[in-house]
Amino acid sequence: MAKMMIPLGPQHPALEEPESFSLLLDGERIAAATVALGYNHRGMEKACESRTYIQDIYLLERICGICSHSHSSSYVQAVEAIAGIEIPKRAAYLRTLIGELERVHSHLLWLGIAGHEIGFQTLFMFVWRDRELVMDLLERLTGNRVNYGMNTIGGVRRDIDSTQTEEVLKALDILEARTSYYIKVCTEEQSIIGRLAGVGKLPREDALRLGAVGPVLRASGVRRDMRKDDPYDAYSELDFNVITDDHADVLGRTVVRVFEIMESYKICRQVVRNMPDGPIAVKVPAKIPTGEAFSRYEAPRGEDIHYVRSNGTDRPERVKVRAPTLANLASITNMIEGGYLADVPIVIAAIDPCFSCTDRMIRVQDSRSGREDRYDWAGLRQYSIDWYKKRGVDLSQTKAAWKD
Amino acid sequence: MKGTGKMIPLMLRMLVKKPDTILYPAQKAHVEEHFRGALKFDQALCIGCKLCMRVCPSAAIEIERVSETEKVFQAYVRMDRCIFCGQCVDTCPKKALENTENFELASTDKESLRKAI
Amino acid sequence: MALSLINILIFPGFLFLSTLALAFEYVDRKLCARMQNRVGPPWYQPIADFIKLMSKETVIPTEANPSIFKSIPIFALAATASAFLYIPIWGQRSLYPFDCDLLVVLYFLTVPTLTFFLAGWFSSSLYAEIGSIRAMTQLFAYEVPLYMALLGPALLAGSWSISAITAFYHQNPLLSLLNLPGLCVAIIAAQGKLERAPFDIPDAETEIVGGTFTEYSGRYLGLFRMAVDSEMVALAALISAIFFPALLPANPVLGLLVFLIKVLVVVFILAVIKTAFARFRIDQMVTFCWKILAPVSLLQIVIDIIAKGVILS
Repeated sequence: MAKMMIPLGPQHPALEEPESFSLLLDGERIAAATVALGYNHRGMEKACESRTYIQDIYLLERICGICSHSHSSSYVQAVEAIAGIEIPKRAAYLRTLIGELERVHSHLLWLGIAGHEIGFQTLFMFVWRDRELVMDLLERLTGNRVNYGMNTIGGVRRDIDSTQTEEVLKALDILEARTSYYIKVCTEEQSIIGRLAGVGKLPREDALRLGAVGPVLRASGVRRDMRKDDPYDAYSELDFNVITDDHADVLGRTVVRVFEIMESYKICRQVVRNMPDGPIAVKVPAKIPTGEAFSRYEAPRGEDIHYVRSNGTDRPERVKVRAPTLANLASITNMIEGGYLADVPIVIAAIDPCFSCTDRMIRVQDSRSGREDRYDWAGLRQYSIDWYKKRGVDLSQTKAAWKD
Repeated sequence: MKGTGKMIPLMLRMLVKKPDTILYPAQKAHVEEHFRGALKFDQALCIGCKLCMRVCPSAAIEIERVSETEKVFQAYVRMDRCIFCGQCVDTCPKKALENTENFELASTDKESLRKAI
Repeated sequence: MALSLINILIFPGFLFLSTLALAFEYVDRKLCARMQNRVGPPWYQPIADFIKLMSKETVIPTEANPSIFKSIPIFALAATASAFLYIPIWGQRSLYPFDCDLLVVLYFLTVPTLTFFLAGWFSSSLYAEIGSIRAMTQLFAYEVPLYMALLGPALLAGSWSISAITAFYHQNPLLSLLNLPGLCVAIIAAQGKLERAPFDIPDAETEIVGGTFTEYSGRYLGLFRMAVDSEMVALAALISAIFFPALLPANPVLGLLVFLIKVLVVVFILAVIKTAFARFRIDQMVTFCWKILAPVSLLQIVIDIIAKGVILS
């Protein structure tokens, strides 16, 4: 059979978000693959500049629907560093608790998706059933299921009382028992191992060279975790292990993630038991002094980096977000080339991709001429003024709502 | 073939157990207390400082003066914009705003999305 | 003449088969849902789905050949409906038994897979083409074990006629215990033939979208789904007729009831298999069929030949 090029995406059932992969197929084998980014640019970084620091928390929280706490924490850490604020100890512990519960919910979600990608609906249904326990817990602690709105500059917004502590501990017990069962299923069920073992190989050297982060890197045998390497919140006072694995394939990534869930339970227990008393937030003025800072946070998908520059007003001058998926995307073509078509969905899913969090630009291509257009800010503004002028509306005198 | 069909015992046990999912519109969904749902406004408490309008990340809330003579205000929420972060509730100095547990806010009519609360 | 028409169109022909197909689709879906701790669909869901598909707009790709594209689902449905006529469902005799009807039924039941291949091939879509190649590859993997597994019991009974095989095992019920390895092979191979998880490789949604049916929509997709459901009933009926022929009451109404219970058991096993495993990759599927299913079905034939020599002589 001749080689053929098939598109996987931007619209494809295996992908939760639009992203385009082109695969050159040689029978069932992948001869070559390319990735095209840029279907989901939302202009969030620019939007941050026209909002206040407090409003930006809620905007940046919505970068990702799953690691929402990671993005908002990373951002407030950077802002607090500029303002030189030390958050109360209790606030740090609460942030850690929510962060770890979020990791549990994210990894369980991933395990379910992995089951779905390899056609194992039952695993998907059961894991997602139990994920509801974490979601309910988060809803009870923060008031929201997905975008918790827990962080604020200088601390957290909601406190936890003794009955909630009890509920957390109770739910953790149930979750721990169920997670141990899934660990057993994932590491012993032959039809799962057959689909995961040896698939999407990423040797240690390649993982380091391509800059992989998070569970993908740890599954290649590299001990790197921001919670240990650059401790934030309460992590320096907690006892936990960094899970690594030497499989360097999708099975390894699964093992790292499921065992990380168990570590998270351990951390959550320590946090609620050792929660110090005191205030949950300090007051921070609306205007942040001039300065710049960047902060690193171990999101469930890997290292999340936020950079903030301030200019003394109540709005940031620049916010830059490096989502973990961007770091992991570079290794995808390496992992799928030479593999089977059937394995592409699970290999892509194994980096736990979050394409909307990643996209920072949009590429406009004329489908007839193939010509590409890229605009800078002034060019885009001029283009829209011209577009409206042709249709009889003159907007050239309108003041731009933000600086060029 | 050792270790095949690991989930079969659990699956067969589930056959005699009650399902974990619910038939949603017929059965009520469970909402935890202190859920951040639709906003509630207490007209008697509002002093019209409009701080909520200033902090709202999505410009969803509007406070309007309804009487010429008295200091009486009415709040409007644009449901298509509200992100249920609850920042207005936290900011309000007189506690005139409050989150309720109501989350069933879908509407087929675009006009009705701007609601007086 | 009128009676034959009623037989073909209403009972036990097309209408009865369609009703049964929808009913067993419901059973299958509900069982899966309950095994996954879900509520599952209401009883009328398969009918509602069918009616909805029938009333939906049909889109035919411009590059596809419209007449072939439209007629293929009808072939699939007609083949399964014809196969069903030769399977005894209320007693020991089918409606029109003849000497080699087992082979004819098996050939009729291969036709749907061929139509899936043709449907994918004539859709002129990349995903559909990959799906149809996978369907063919899979056909070569499970077809041989399935045929050999059904051949064993026929050898022991000394007949190619399903009615005669049923009658033989009805007289010697204990002998059907010898066919247990064949039963296991037949059920697993049937899972492959029906393209259900873990062998849903030709229409693996997360890999190749809808596989062979990617371009099908509306009425024709509805007919295809009906054909797959009827194929499930026909295969389950064939397996229960050959492997569990015991306990057949003489009363046709009771006989029909017993038949339905047997089919239900087969569908239950099929549902458990569907729910319990991750999807195989095509190479794993072929290896599994040839390394495990084919030797077991050969063993079945050996057992039956020895049994014929030792017991019946």
